[in-house]
Amino acid sequence: MVGGNSTKVSGAGESPSRHPLATRFASFTKAVAKPANVLFTILITFVGLTAITFIIGRVMPADPVLAIVGDRASKDVYEAMYLKLGLDKPLLQQYWIYLTNVVQGDFGKSIMTTRPVLDDLITYFPATLELASVATLVGILVGVPMGVAAAVRQGRLTDHIVRIIGLFGYSVPIFWLGLVALLIFYAKLGWLPGPGRIEVYYDGIVAPTTGFILIDSAMQGEWEIFRNAVSHLILPSAMLATFALAYIARMTRSFMLDQLNQEYIITARVKGLSETAVIWRHAFRNVLIQLITIIGLTYASLLEGSVLTETIFAWPGIGQYITKSLFNADMNAVIGGTVVVGIGFVGINMLSDVLYRLVDPRARR
Amino acid sequence: MRLKQLALLAGFAFVAAQAGPAVGPAQAGTPDDTLIMAKNIDDIIVLDPAEVFEFTGGEVIANIYDRVMMFEAEDLTTLVGGAAESYTISDDGKTITLKLRPNQVFHSGNKMTAADMAFSLRRVIKLNKTPAFIFTQFGWDADNVDSLVTAPDDETVVLKLNSDLSPALALNALSAGVGAVIDMKLVMSHEVDGDLGYEWLKTHSAGSGPYSLKTYRANEIVILEANPNYRHGEPAMKRIILRHVPEAAAQRLLIEKGDVDMARDLTPDLIKGLEGNMDVVIANDPKAALVYMAANQAHPILGNAKVNEAIRYIVDYEGMVNSFLAGQFKIHQAFWPSGLWASYDETPFSLDLDKARALLAEAGYPGGGFKIRIDTLTKSPYPEIAQSVQQSLSKIGVESQITLAEGKTLWPMYRARKHELIVAQWSPDYVDPHSNADAFAHNPDNRLEASLTGKVAWRTSFFNPEINAMTEAGAAEIDPVKREQIYLKLQKRMQEIGPFTIMFQKSEQTALRSNVKGYVSGANFDLVFYRTITK
Repeated sequence: MVGGNSTKVSGAGESPSRHPLATRFASFTKAVAKPANVLFTILITFVGLTAITFIIGRVMPADPVLAIVGDRASKDVYEAMYLKLGLDKPLLQQYWIYLTNVVQGDFGKSIMTTRPVLDDLITYFPATLELASVATLVGILVGVPMGVAAAVRQGRLTDHIVRIIGLFGYSVPIFWLGLVALLIFYAKLGWLPGPGRIEVYYDGIVAPTTGFILIDSAMQGEWEIFRNAVSHLILPSAMLATFALAYIARMTRSFMLDQLNQEYIITARVKGLSETAVIWRHAFRNVLIQLITIIGLTYASLLEGSVLTETIFAWPGIGQYITKSLFNADMNAVIGGTVVVGIGFVGINMLSDVLYRLVDPRARR
Repeated sequence: MRLKQLALLAGFAFVAAQAGPAVGPAQAGTPDDTLIMAKNIDDIIVLDPAEVFEFTGGEVIANIYDRVMMFEAEDLTTLVGGAAESYTISDDGKTITLKLRPNQVFHSGNKMTAADMAFSLRRVIKLNKTPAFIFTQFGWDADNVDSLVTAPDDETVVLKLNSDLSPALALNALSAGVGAVIDMKLVMSHEVDGDLGYEWLKTHSAGSGPYSLKTYRANEIVILEANPNYRHGEPAMKRIILRHVPEAAAQRLLIEKGDVDMARDLTPDLIKGLEGNMDVVIANDPKAALVYMAANQAHPILGNAKVNEAIRYIVDYEGMVNSFLAGQFKIHQAFWPSGLWASYDETPFSLDLDKARALLAEAGYPGGGFKIRIDTLTKSPYPEIAQSVQQSLSKIGVESQITLAEGKTLWPMYRARKHELIVAQWSPDYVDPHSNADAFAHNPDNRLEASLTGKVAWRTSFFNPEINAMTEAGAAEIDPVKREQIYLKLQKRMQEIGPFTIMFQKSEQTALRSNVKGYVSGANFDLVFYRTITK
């Protein structure tokens, strides 16, 4: 109907003279290409990430041997550890050894914790995942409506408030915000608990099956611990949420403004649709794809772990793990952490692709 | 739309309800029989006494294990028997016979015998980790230690010293972390591939001390449980919890609210902010850590003795101690910290720019006219100290550039002798003046190949046969009065001709809730006692 072209196209667009086998083959390769494409992307990402991080680790001036044996070590102790870490071998060989171990599930041992890196990642990543998930959720639930409201009421008070909140959330240093929040809500008002994931007296009661305290305590029926964990989650995730929210609100506002200025909106209004339908059923739906990309990016960047938030709130997440390991030149841990974050990115990418298809019929082809 | 908003509200209400009564039990602070400490514990690597050499780990194992000889909380300056009850020394000073204290029981329930003590000492040598040098200096190695450290019967351990070192030194060395007595049966039951229980003991405990290790999670928490059968009596605090709180400001909030009983890492400005708070008390304990500068003697200009002397006169000791170092450092200028036996407490150096200029002129650099690099740590107060030194140097015509680095980047450079003027810290490994003399004064082989990287004298290319001889004499001297004289002379001489400018001695400020009593923190980093704490 739109465009009203007089050129007619018949059928499905395929010339009837094409051999049926060719058609079959074409659709077969298309079907295989998709997952093969995905697998290939993952592989390239993985190899690229590990190679670059590996090289960086080896050329950094920090000394991983000293991190283990300490500053006082004599020459023979130092050399024994140097050989044990395999640092005397050529770089390429070290990398190859590392790769062959990784495909068997051995990410090496961490210098700091002396545990297998895989165990460390399983311990620390859920903590970050909890924080990132809650923060992103709040960012969406609060940021999106804020952005829409600001776009709809452009130039008016609501818009200004939202833009100021956005600016604030974006520019305020998170460590300052965290400390001030602790000062106000914990120290002065006593509404929320202090740093840490749960109170120390609860340590060891809930068995870490999944690593997510919320899930584990709920599964084991420890509701007091569940409540305690939730209350500890509020401040640090609020910190990260302000950041996520600011970004999401701003982008939502800008996308919505784009849409609301288009002709079809005028058409819809002229047709007599309610304002709510115009905003949400039409304008917003066209914004969804871009929004999914933005939200995906925000979530992925939070998954890297915010070392500042984790430091202030004594939150044992992957941010402080990777940072500490970097200072210790503990490359096994750094690469392991980087791979996990890389997988997170790839996963979110794939999820976004699926969501695109759900949201936009045009992408289903 | 309606539904969405309702669902949102419901969600928030649910979460808010969960958070409701914000804190768990004990609204009024911490339980009476548990001590909770906020500390940065990320320096812990392992908890095996044969490997521990850093501060937090050292402190933790000091409360888990009894050592052969010990400095006790009741009298921090006198060496007494720990797991050993008494000792005799042979006339030639080469054999020490230790008598085991009777009726000692490990946390596992196993009775302690002389075999456990001999096993523990031999294990340190055989594993050969960083702190093993404390014992290898007696001439013990993996081949001879089984014959030099023996347990002829269940109550006796005989140590044969295979070096020139004084038995007094050996006894002091036995008070270090490596002197911990480990439960042989328990540890060997977890042995894997002949590792003497090394893998297992990294994260477990096998001691007989006032506490046993219940939980350890790296960068998170250490939980210790009281040993009801400890020979000094059951500790008042049934549990000690070390909470990892990396942010000092967060530690302050925790102690103000009473959610922790002690905050260990508060900075001077945070402590100032606690003044006037009736619920918090600040304990000030002198420590054995020294802050010093080392001038690389291989540097063409810094290698000049007069230049080194000049540097000692440009440091604004008083100025720094009265300003940004207030409360946590005091002036000390010799290599053995004050408060310990044989320390030399004279402080002949003060800020005297005229004298410094004169010395520089004598050295051949009238008016300065050269540029050097100052290397130090990024952590406060090192950058500030470096800046103060930089300012003073500029006043006598010496330009300097400060480079800051993390410890893990700085130490390799220092050990590779690539520094110029470095500002660093040093803590003794055990409580005997030889520990620091060995590091600061003793350098028997100055060649690069010798790689005596554990000695700061070697790192800074300081080689002086007279000083070497003095250090060796001090280590070998049996008579304690004569020995003390040697060390006093040595420290004075190092002040005159050494490459070091020793500036400050650290003092630890700990914030405690006013109801916490009995916390004892001695000079050495691991002389920290939890068993005497009451609330």
